[in-house]
Amino acid sequence: MAIGTIASDVKSFFEEGTTKQKKGILSWILSTDHKRIGLMYMYTILSFFFIGAILGVLMRLELIAPGATIMHAQTYNTIFTLHGVIMIFLFIVPGLPAIFGNFFLPLQIGAKDVAFPRLNLLSYYVYVLGSVLVVISLFLKSGPIDTGWTFYVPYSVRTTTSVSLPLFAAFVLGFSSILTGINFITTIHRMRAPGMGFFRMPLFIWSLYATAWIQVIATPVVGITIILVIIERSFGVGIFDPALGGDPLLFQHLFWIYSHPAVYIMILPAMGVVSEIIVTFCRRTIFGYKAIAMSSLAIAFVGYLVWSHHMFTSGISDTSRALFSLLTYIVALPSGVKVFNWVATMYKGSIDPKPPFLWVMAFIVLFSIGGLTGLVVGSITADIHLHDTYFVVAHFHYVMFGGTGTILFGALYYWFPKMFGKMYSIKWANINVLMFVIAFNVLYFPKFILGYMGMPRRYFDYLPEFQTWHVVSTIGSWLMFATLISIALNLIHGLRKGRVAHSNPWGGVTLEWHTTSPPPLENFTKEITVDHEPYDFSLLKEMDYESK
Amino acid sequence: MSQSETMTVEHGHAHRDDVGAKMGMWLFLLTEVLLFGGMFLAYANYRFMHPQLFRLAALELNTALGTLNTIVLLTSSLTVVLSIVAMKRNSRKLALFYLGTTLVLACVFLTIKYIEWSTKIHHGIYPGSEELLSKTNGEILFFGLYYVMTGLHALHVIIGMIILAFMFVFIYRGSITHDNYVKLENSGLYWHLVDLIWIFLFPLFYLIQ
Repeated sequence: MAIGTIASDVKSFFEEGTTKQKKGILSWILSTDHKRIGLMYMYTILSFFFIGAILGVLMRLELIAPGATIMHAQTYNTIFTLHGVIMIFLFIVPGLPAIFGNFFLPLQIGAKDVAFPRLNLLSYYVYVLGSVLVVISLFLKSGPIDTGWTFYVPYSVRTTTSVSLPLFAAFVLGFSSILTGINFITTIHRMRAPGMGFFRMPLFIWSLYATAWIQVIATPVVGITIILVIIERSFGVGIFDPALGGDPLLFQHLFWIYSHPAVYIMILPAMGVVSEIIVTFCRRTIFGYKAIAMSSLAIAFVGYLVWSHHMFTSGISDTSRALFSLLTYIVALPSGVKVFNWVATMYKGSIDPKPPFLWVMAFIVLFSIGGLTGLVVGSITADIHLHDTYFVVAHFHYVMFGGTGTILFGALYYWFPKMFGKMYSIKWANINVLMFVIAFNVLYFPKFILGYMGMPRRYFDYLPEFQTWHVVSTIGSWLMFATLISIALNLIHGLRKGRVAHSNPWGGVTLEWHTTSPPPLENFTKEITVDHEPYDFSLLKEMDYESK
Repeated sequence: MSQSETMTVEHGHAHRDDVGAKMGMWLFLLTEVLLFGGMFLAYANYRFMHPQLFRLAALELNTALGTLNTIVLLTSSLTVVLSIVAMKRNSRKLALFYLGTTLVLACVFLTIKYIEWSTKIHHGIYPGSEELLSKTNGEILFFGLYYVMTGLHALHVIIGMIILAFMFVFIYRGSITHDNYVKLENSGLYWHLVDLIWIFLFPLFYLIQ
């Protein structure tokens, strides 16, 4: 292991690139360096997150009072569709793997880059192409898509809005996701530093590995489903058209065979980051390393077999409903294994509650609420009442935004000093976490109540008795927006005027903390060999780290 | 696997790992299988719903042409393998010859496919045609699936041809050599996949009657 004092004259990847051009935009957009690609993903993905958030705020504003407030019903249909498409396909599916996976996968396994650096750059361009197609589809004559992000047939075949182009964009984005998955699996198999066996990999890598498999195995199914809808719209072959004998349920099956595992594409990397952060800030090795590693694979596997729980009210047989309900309960087990192991890791640890750790605390609370309400809708009887209500909307926002979104910030706060070599304001970061938790619950908790009262999702109008909770939720959306601005300001200020960060500000022991901040072009200045477990804190004695 | 040893040539960022390259290719082929898997699932579903009508519709396809195409495509898979073997033995001209033969066979396949499709279309059987809409739902679905699945397969044949054409140029220019031919092997794998999918399409549409 390359431990010891690190020479300070090492050029960082910001100063030295893979391209002929030393500076300027070309040295970024042509770069095959995984760190630069990771950052390019970050800027693009966070921009789309911001757009998606604005759409969300607009929706909440519309719902502050019954009837048309600031927009027409058709505009509302378009906005909730775009909010879904942008947040799912452009933000949360690529989010953690494309940004932090790209940046830290090679660093954490002691490699110089991913297995296919040029393919990596291609995936980025394919992602950009997909997002451009989404944007173009908004300005077509026939009007933006209004089907909801699930594109259910027969409506998506019959509506006159422009459906084919955004569908094709989703196909293209899926292709980008597949290429990233292939790249990561191959990298993990082929590029680990000498001595790093599979069970010496950090848990973030295990979660990326499970995620990459889902990306490779699930995405093609939605790819072909999307293509079939486009073909159906263009030629009327009848595969999804009930008038010609086609079966709309088949679409739902094919769609959820991808889109349920996709939920785990979103959450698994977040769980990996949680393992990393908890270990570092508790200064002790993870409790149940193998159980956590294997639970990632178990989630990836069982996650495949639960898709029909989205279809409990679609008219599938009782046998399959019972079976899928049971499997849904089973898939909650490995998630529970993880949560209990994290909490057990904290027990008797020397906890250092820095901002990344606080994000993880927020994650555990919000994700647990989201996960447990998932079991509520996973049981058939409750789901009959709650299906397609705000309860479901609240559930998946707690899991996706409260789970993955929270950890996206957690990961950013954790690795920010490593990525940029600068430090943000710790005080403001602490305040931001608190603001986030308050705003989040004000925004989304009323939706549980509204859903239980019977407020259906995707409705532009509602009965007057729902208004109180809608107003609370709308106020929450303003608080959330203010929080997001505050987070952005703190990070941007840290980037521009923050103090220079120590190469190991938190006292982490995984390989990325053994190199300089920001890391050099080829990540390490010495050859890396690994001769210990991933979270062996006795290493800290020999390492240079910032104690306070 | 012929080349089990990994070669790592380090110069700057460049790095060669043939085993890794093949692993990536196999993963990609897996995604292709799953892509077609979605359509095979649709086929199975509708065949189960309309077994008699699917049988009736299948009688209208030209089994002789389908068989001929199967032979053509299988032979083209053989010539790809021969091309790789020739490359391994460092006989560039022979490799180019076999690769060229593969491309010609691929053209023959597409031509036969074109004849089949245009005959059907000439007889008024195509998605949305009056002739087809006057038939039963089972037959409409059969021909819908026929056009979609063989169409997407033909698209894969074309993509495969483009890839093989690139390999032809690479061999000609000498960037694929007898000790660095993993690109050619991977392209061969892709071509076998195209072949494999046809092996399943052929009986499902032409033979099961």
